[in-house]
Amino acid sequence: MSKINLRVNGESQSIDVPPMKRLLDVLREDLHLTGTKEGCGEGECGACAVLMNGELVNSCLIPALQASGATLCTIEGVAQNNTLHPIQQCFLERGGAQCGICTPGMILATHHLLDKYPDPTMEQIQEGLAGNLCRCTGYMRIFESVKKAAEVRATT
Amino acid sequence: MQESQPILGASPLRKEGRAKVLGAARYIDDITLPGMWHGATVRSSIARGTIRSITFDPAIDWPQFTIVRATDIPGENTIVHLTKDHPCLADPHINHPNEPILLLAHPDKTALIAAVKGVKIEYDELPGVFTIEDSEAAVENEDAARIIWPGSDAGGTANCFKQYLMYTGDKDEAEAGINAAFEAADFVVEGEYSTGAQEQLYIENNGVIAECFRDALGAIESVCVRGSMQCPYYLVHALTLVFNLPEDKCRVIQVETGGAFGGKEDFPSVIGSHAALLAMKCGHPVKIVYDRAEDMAATTKRHPSRTRHRTAVSKDGRLLAGTIDIAIDGGAYATLSPVVLSRATIHAPGPYKWPHLRVRAKAMATNIPPHGAFRGFGAPQSLFALERHMDKVAQAVGLSAEELRRRNFLATGDCTATGQLLSEPVDMQHLLTRALADSGYHEKLARFEEENKTSSIKRGVGFAAFMHGTGFTGSGERRLNSLVHVDILEDGRPCILVSSTEFGQGTNTILSQVAAQTLRMPYESIVVAQPDTSVVPNSGPTVASRTAMIVGKLVERACEKTLATLRESEGLPEDFTPQQFTAATLAYRAKHGSLRSSVRYEPVAKIYWDDDLYRGDAYPGYAWAVYVAEVAVDMNTYMATCTRFDALQEVGKVMHPVLAKGQIEGGVAQGIGYALYEKCVWQNGHMANNQMTNYIMPTSADLPPIHVHFEETPCIHGPGGAKGIGELPMDGPAPAILNAIENATGMSFTAIPLLPEDIFERVTAMKNAGSEALNPGVDLDTESEVTA
Amino acid sequence: MHSDVSQFALTAPPTLEAVLQQLATEPGKQTPIAGGTEIMVALGVGRLPQRSFVSIQHLRELRFIRVDADAIHIGAGVTFTDIRRSKEIADDLPLLIQSASWTGSVANQNRGTLGGNICNASPAADTPPALLAYGAAVTLISSAGLRTVRYEDFHLGYKKTLLRPDELLHTITVPRNFSGYRQYIRKIGTRNAQAISKTALAAVAKIEGDIIADIRLGAASLADRPLRCAATEAALLNRSVAPAHLEVTIKAARAALAGEAKPIDDIRSTGKYRAAVAANLLEEFLRSLAS
Repeated sequence: MSKINLRVNGESQSIDVPPMKRLLDVLREDLHLTGTKEGCGEGECGACAVLMNGELVNSCLIPALQASGATLCTIEGVAQNNTLHPIQQCFLERGGAQCGICTPGMILATHHLLDKYPDPTMEQIQEGLAGNLCRCTGYMRIFESVKKAAEVRATT
Repeated sequence: MQESQPILGASPLRKEGRAKVLGAARYIDDITLPGMWHGATVRSSIARGTIRSITFDPAIDWPQFTIVRATDIPGENTIVHLTKDHPCLADPHINHPNEPILLLAHPDKTALIAAVKGVKIEYDELPGVFTIEDSEAAVENEDAARIIWPGSDAGGTANCFKQYLMYTGDKDEAEAGINAAFEAADFVVEGEYSTGAQEQLYIENNGVIAECFRDALGAIESVCVRGSMQCPYYLVHALTLVFNLPEDKCRVIQVETGGAFGGKEDFPSVIGSHAALLAMKCGHPVKIVYDRAEDMAATTKRHPSRTRHRTAVSKDGRLLAGTIDIAIDGGAYATLSPVVLSRATIHAPGPYKWPHLRVRAKAMATNIPPHGAFRGFGAPQSLFALERHMDKVAQAVGLSAEELRRRNFLATGDCTATGQLLSEPVDMQHLLTRALADSGYHEKLARFEEENKTSSIKRGVGFAAFMHGTGFTGSGERRLNSLVHVDILEDGRPCILVSSTEFGQGTNTILSQVAAQTLRMPYESIVVAQPDTSVVPNSGPTVASRTAMIVGKLVERACEKTLATLRESEGLPEDFTPQQFTAATLAYRAKHGSLRSSVRYEPVAKIYWDDDLYRGDAYPGYAWAVYVAEVAVDMNTYMATCTRFDALQEVGKVMHPVLAKGQIEGGVAQGIGYALYEKCVWQNGHMANNQMTNYIMPTSADLPPIHVHFEETPCIHGPGGAKGIGELPMDGPAPAILNAIENATGMSFTAIPLLPEDIFERVTAMKNAGSEALNPGVDLDTESEVTA
Repeated sequence: MHSDVSQFALTAPPTLEAVLQQLATEPGKQTPIAGGTEIMVALGVGRLPQRSFVSIQHLRELRFIRVDADAIHIGAGVTFTDIRRSKEIADDLPLLIQSASWTGSVANQNRGTLGGNICNASPAADTPPALLAYGAAVTLISSAGLRTVRYEDFHLGYKKTLLRPDELLHTITVPRNFSGYRQYIRKIGTRNAQAISKTALAAVAKIEGDIIADIRLGAASLADRPLRCAATEAALLNRSVAPAHLEVTIKAARAALAGEAKPIDDIRSTGKYRAAVAANLLEEFLRSLAS
């Protein structure tokens, strides 16, 4: 077992886990943050995506020890004081979420994308979200949600 | 309030949407019950045979585990749908790879990994059958060794789960008419078309948590299963047989479900029964959640199909007669194959007038995990064949694809091939005109023809014209006899109680809209009860594109009944405000304790359907559509991509524009995958590419812009005139895309999925160079240990 | 999840020197893990025979991009995202940028490393074709010291490399002399993103007049290892791409490639398809030289 200290959604956490335990399982089981989902376990679907030190990563592919000392943002940390983040609001209004299982990862991928490209082209959006599979939407409503979120971000 | 804009037809926020974007929605794997154990399934490694022995590795501390075998089943060892051929746990016969044999439970999920491996099973293998052709051959050759399914009391014969024979009219007259037409025809066009299996690939795998409750004497009193599913009452029914319990002792609760598409229609009966058996034996709640590899390998997929068309047509392009022979691969057990076959049969004639038509259809057995429901449910298979064939007929006759359709479209007042009078308006001529205009079809035809001469990237356009019947076939809705309650809660909020489930398609939202509209109450005030069978009535399964039209109508009627009650009892005025409504409900409740309106299904108009002759009113309503695909085929890489898609459909009433668009776009995306990307690679009945790395679903970088347009011709059956749209978008993309590829390259392909390797094989005329030459046994990049 | 994670050990010694010490102590007993995008997949499916891992993901000593007059020196711990963000690499080594951009997804690019991509030694890996075309060299480090070899000599067979059990890949050195070269890279996958290569071709060529004065070709999924197409290069050297000679040149190139490419049928594609498409890519490249 290894003692892992990390910061998750602004809170310090200290846990004792096997060092090869997947960060995904640490989040879900040890920290009871079940917003991050397992869709494939092989880094293909992006349902497990979180922000680690500001970078989008698939938490199913990260051993706990490598998250030691990291600052994490999961979907639970996106809204502020129960107020939806603009990205969340746009996904809600524009039909970006249907069954919702890909939504946490998709929102974090959008967050990461808009940090890099505040006014993304369609190509940049498609590329930025290509690691997040959605089986319900065909991505069109998600693109709309991202474009709207970029607009809102620009005006605030 | 809503005098400005009616709520039905608006796009209010998704009812459970806030929780979803917050990541607060709780799917089954997010839920833990106190004292919960975990379950795992020991599965067969062979496709067909019998179990000779089961031994347990002494290295495992077995007393820690609970083991369930077939002999532990208190009721019947069966997963019931239409027949009882499907065991809950195999004993001793194995009929497909990954067939469940034993169940294990343990408090620690990790302990199960070694335990499952520690169960050693020896088999006596039998020869397996893995294709429709092999299954047919076994019957034809009377090869007893390859008769893998004996027949049934429900119309099944050796290796054949079900057959249908459908005629346009009296059988003898139709046969005579067909023969005469073929004699006299100017052209006879034949074609064979095939479709492969398709994995639903919901991003959330199957999962359940089950509990078993015993009385003071230790006898089983009841079971309760929570899980990811579409049809709670289907699971209730399955549990009644497995446990020999009455329905009211089998409680099922649907929790937030991460996608389904039919893949969680029949399958939950299996996993739910398994978890409940483990809970029964270990005395704890048991959670079973599959991982992706297990879900893909062991659960249902879309039925592969083979359709043969033979068509007599006049030189001016009129269909004179046709014979259509359909075969679908049902896998190892019957499950829902007869119903999939039914829909395939009825949709085979498409939106056209057939003076004489015979459709023969059969569902064959193979040693593959049983195939099941997937959005479209037989219609994508037969409509693929039909719309490819219509382009072929057009070419034979020398007409454009467009003109051939125009000369044969059904119109208002015509009868379908089953003899259903199209009394509600249908205008395929207009839909075709508009779809081709919206997509720039004619301009592209001309431009691409010119550009293709000097480009190694060949571009083309193609379309598909089709319809999709909404609701259960014929008398199905009457048999379902759906029941809906609308309650008024203590605080005056209206509450909808249905067994219809939300899994992304918008059930909660549209039903709330209907209630809000009818009761003239704010959308936000409407509550939808969680589908808990101890609380909600059976409003039928959430399938067959029936929720909006059938259940929505029931919700509307229940709300009207509430208003009638309040008018009569509390003098609710004609023009009431929400405040008046609330006051009236509270007053009523104060007197009577509760206010519930219950309604049962009644067809709005009489529905005549003959199940034996397969004639009459096949479906209460049809949505009509024309889809147009634009493709680019790179002749250096043989890759075909869809570069633009236009989807036009007439749907009665668009209840929620954002949700409706989302449904069509999502369905088109799955259809594009069905046509060009999603191949199941089989190895002796086992899905070898059972991981997301190797089962190729389109990403956001692969899909084209999808343009969606609606028309509305209100239908009498649905609220506000709505028809169903959930499955419709699955039917059009594949034939439209392959029609476009033929336009682009001059090459006619008749099988999907169409991979670059298949295009390569055709272009180069090389033998065995297409996707049939994929080697499922070799996967050097995703397996760290290469298995021998 | 098919592995019991409690059976796996993972340590993260603070310095490169400490890691090398550990590797030297019991060679072969410890497996280095960088970004984990391959190893953790194997863990998930239960196909990870190794039990003891040493993390190198945090080592600053391995994550650098240094430019001197002749070459760019890339630390093995550099991620695909680091590569994509590097102006220096973009200026001199566009093929490497391209190949990094189509490796996995953004999330995987943020974690996957150049060193991991090379040492995992899949014949389908995305960066090796570019590195072969550029004539890279690799520096290997152990507690005994450093050694530098030509990258084209690094792969010995299917998932077999020159790397000793006590060694780590330290630096990938890529010469900076391609400014006068025509460059080409194309990957053919099962889809546009997140796709394992069915085949890929990277090419650099110097054209003087109409003559191919220098040419290097690297390919994926045409052999049991990333393939430097030496025979095809030899067949093309000093050939003409003038209109009058182009077809003959293409024909010779195709014949040579057919001789040295031995692609297999697997779960994703067929040998015939791979061979044909690789040859088409080569032709596409050669035709681009003519204009």
